[in-house]
Amino acid sequence: MSDLCLKGENVHLWRGDHHVLRGVRFQVAGGECLQLTGANGAGKTTLLRTACGLAYPEGGEITWCGENIRKDMHAFHAQLAYLGHEPPLKAELTARENLCYWVGVRRDLEREELDGALERVGADDWADRPVRTLSAGQKRRAALAGLTLMRVPLWLLDEPTTNLDAEGQKLVGSLIDEHLRAGGVAIAAVHHGLAVSMASALKRMELTLD
Amino acid sequence: MTNSGAMGRRDDAPVREHEGTPIPARGDHERSAVSALSAARLMLARDLKLAFRKRSQLVQPLAFFAIVTTLFPLGVSPELTRLRPMAAGVVWAAALLSSLLALELLFRDDAQDGTLEQYALCGRSLTWLLAAKTAAHWLLTGLPLALMAPLAGLALGAPTAAVPGIVASVAVGTVALSLIGAIGAALTLGIRRSGALLSLLTLPLEIPVLIFGARATELAIDGRAYGAPLQLLAALAVLGLTLAPLAAAAAVRINLE
Repeated sequence: MSDLCLKGENVHLWRGDHHVLRGVRFQVAGGECLQLTGANGAGKTTLLRTACGLAYPEGGEITWCGENIRKDMHAFHAQLAYLGHEPPLKAELTARENLCYWVGVRRDLEREELDGALERVGADDWADRPVRTLSAGQKRRAALAGLTLMRVPLWLLDEPTTNLDAEGQKLVGSLIDEHLRAGGVAIAAVHHGLAVSMASALKRMELTLD
Repeated sequence: MTNSGAMGRRDDAPVREHEGTPIPARGDHERSAVSALSAARLMLARDLKLAFRKRSQLVQPLAFFAIVTTLFPLGVSPELTRLRPMAAGVVWAAALLSSLLALELLFRDDAQDGTLEQYALCGRSLTWLLAAKTAAHWLLTGLPLALMAPLAGLALGAPTAAVPGIVASVAVGTVALSLIGAIGAALTLGIRRSGALLSLLTLPLEIPVLIFGARATELAIDGRAYGAPLQLLAALAVLGLTLAPLAAAAAVRINLE
């Protein structure tokens, strides 16, 4: 895992006439978390979407383990988990069913693993309720359970603490801690600081508006 | 834009030994990964389960088909001798429009709740996953329409001997309709109220299916051999199966950007 490294070199991206990413450079290695901050519209989400290959930068390059992420997108995607603003859950399915399908298309999932992940995020009492009956915070916790179940080295998190109570925010911090201890890489776009105890592993980057 | 976080690898970063979620080495990843086919099967199962939890969407195309084919005799004439010559056209026009009705939702719900994005990022072939979604669409609309079409045909004066021909032509034809529709649904994914545009995009491509499908049904009703138009329908379905998932996957990726 020691060779893990996500690197952005001089990344440029426009949205219409708006030059959102202007020569962004970053480098995050195994065991490190890059905390992205900045005002609304500064490009945090755009940078995350560019880093995971959903958005195409007009200039510059993003590499994973030394190789351009576009060289083998399937292989790169198999190693990352991206959590956007909204938890990617189907309202008609239960939290457990959602995770079975969401994570199940990536890897074989054991029932014990699933139970463990749901318990870890405090979802054992409501995991079998349809997602439409859950609160925003509970949905976020279910999505975090999915994140841990993917067992991938690269986490890209967009506002991971949104809608979470104080305990939930600590949970995000501890999940990131564990991920970093395992040698994983994380980038998190946040408005408020992450409750990560491995302060030395936390790097900061601020994106600014024009 | 400021960039205050350029960094390098820290020598003291702990690797591998930890109490948290284990991250497999890169080789282990491939071993524990599910195949594209298994992922597609899971997607199919998910879509079928979702459809049965939202039954109103399931019933809508069938209800539309039943209403159109029932209204026709009321509007034209209740005499079977007058209805029989137009039965094939009525069944097929209703089947095409019913299939179109459900298409708008094919990818839209998943795009709105973020699950489509996750499938695009799962490291498995999006082409296979969208093929599975299209298969689910056919199982939920095309197949029920194929089973319902003979009833409409009989009500419009078709003989009982025509039932296999009607079922076969609608079943094969709706496969082609679902596949062509998947391309349109993917292309119009980012557009609100995309129904009209979706119809404009897909209807010209669906005309050959309508022509061959109606011809096969007409021949079946007349008691003649309907193999030739049925084979042409099958050829269109195979062509769609080969190209449509690829085109839909490319369109979805563009729309997710």
